[in-house]
Amino acid sequence: MKLIDPHVHMSARTTDDYEAMRDAGVVAVIEPAFWVGQPRTTLGSFQDYYASLIGWERFRAAQFGIRHYCTMGLNSKEANNEALAAEVLEILPLFASKDGVVAIGEIGYDDQTPAEDKVFRKQLELAKELKLPVMIHTPHRDKKRGTARSMDVCIEHGLKPSSVIVDHNNEETVKECLDRGFWAAFTIYPKTKMGNERMVEVVRTYGKERIIVDSSADWGVSDPLAVPKTARLMLERGIPKDQVEATCYGNAILAYGPSGQFNESDWLTPASIDQRMLFEGNSVLRGQQPKIEDRVTKGLIS
Amino acid sequence: MSTTAITALLDSWLNRQLADDAAAWLRETLQRSELDGAGTRALFIAFSLTGRRCGRVDLLVNDSDKKAADAARPLWNPSGWSLDQVVRTRLVLAIPATEPRVWLTIMDQLFAAAGLEELVALYQALPLLPHQALLAPRIAEGLRSNMTAVFNAVALNNPIASEQLTIDAWNQLILKALFVNSPVKRIVGAERRANGVLAQMLIDYARERYAAKRPIPVDLWDAARPGCDARQRVDLDQLQASASAVTP
Ligand SMILES: [Zn+2]
Repeated sequence: MKLIDPHVHMSARTTDDYEAMRDAGVVAVIEPAFWVGQPRTTLGSFQDYYASLIGWERFRAAQFGIRHYCTMGLNSKEANNEALAAEVLEILPLFASKDGVVAIGEIGYDDQTPAEDKVFRKQLELAKELKLPVMIHTPHRDKKRGTARSMDVCIEHGLKPSSVIVDHNNEETVKECLDRGFWAAFTIYPKTKMGNERMVEVVRTYGKERIIVDSSADWGVSDPLAVPKTARLMLERGIPKDQVEATCYGNAILAYGPSGQFNESDWLTPASIDQRMLFEGNSVLRGQQPKIEDRVTKGLIS
Repeated sequence: MSTTAITALLDSWLNRQLADDAAAWLRETLQRSELDGAGTRALFIAFSLTGRRCGRVDLLVNDSDKKAADAARPLWNPSGWSLDQVVRTRLVLAIPATEPRVWLTIMDQLFAAAGLEELVALYQALPLLPHQALLAPRIAEGLRSNMTAVFNAVALNNPIASEQLTIDAWNQLILKALFVNSPVKRIVGAERRANGVLAQMLIDYARERYAAKRPIPVDLWDAARPGCDARQRVDLDQLQASASAVTP
């Protein structure tokens, strides 16, 4: 089964991870711009980070036969450095209009401060201007209120719920998110967010419509094989195959496809210039049969 | 070499291959950039949107196109270029270049914010740019890249390296090409710039690979030979014979 991890911070991961993901069937990833674990102090750090998402990381992924996309945005934590945030918002449009940028994100709230609110709203306007979907990072603390508020603000700014992907959902937030017509993404993340057994039950309850599974793997304790492991567990526990395919592959294409930057043909039948540029000289064959490795067959994430 | 001749040639290829709406978009972008003062903002945005607007199919080049390219810019060969790369080159050539330092600053900004595909297009276009003598640091930067596609855009099918690099930088270029498995045969000017120091570096490299029982890049022998003196040629031939005895 072909899989997509539509939220994973590959810059923080090793080549072993890329190899394992490829072997487990991951054909494409989306890397949202986020913070890097500690606050940046200069505009240049942001600029180089954004450039790495559309350059070096794209190349690194291609070496393993994985197509790399990204989102551009200023995350909520760093929105609180108001002077620097203003500078970042100045250069953001330049990067947001690059090839392979599939959304504005991940943006939203962390502590739900006024500074975060201001930066969030500005970026919603940018998404509207560039006709890009939005990827929302919902807060860890005060989650339910923060999630509802994120959706309210999107509506207030005239965004269609169908162009907004609300991430880091849980059992408490999913219903409102789906009822209001937003995409509900779930991060399978050990300890702090969702475990994959809980994810199986969410899909059993709500079906496949507008539900997306991702790993959000980064520099913290996280699992870059969360999507393959969850797909496998869903199948084992009797979730119909079409629902697994939708939540672990197809829905990401439906959600981010409207950007015009996320097309299945990119990885199924890449343009010959891409083959020369991205895949030249490496032995990874496009369209090869993915093999599910041992490390996937184990693994509950709890 | 004249920018006018190059842009005229690019325009003739684009006329032939660009869809009507893409051609109209490009025309409008170029006109707008002429109107708005320094004109670079429209160009920067257009540069990002080029792939989407114009598509990324291969540029069609026949023998007479290749001749015309070589006439407009000696040793330039556009085979293997894609349509979006041609358009991007066209846009870059529209950046005002009367003030060399101002022009270079704009170019540096374009490079600093470029994605992978854009970097390849920019480095590939280096031999067509004005102020060639200012570009040595940029060439070196491209050759330092860990992204093979970017390295190749400077190193392969591109005359600028052999024209602008110092001998040390040139020798490093050949050695790196062998390290990253890029086809040395496609490096322009290799014969002309062959030298004894390079030959020795390549012989040493072959020895190191041989001692480690690793395969020796097949392109190494031809890359080393033109620069060899008599003694080096003997060494090289001996090494090649022993290496091919191990890996036929
Ligand atoms: Zn994230």
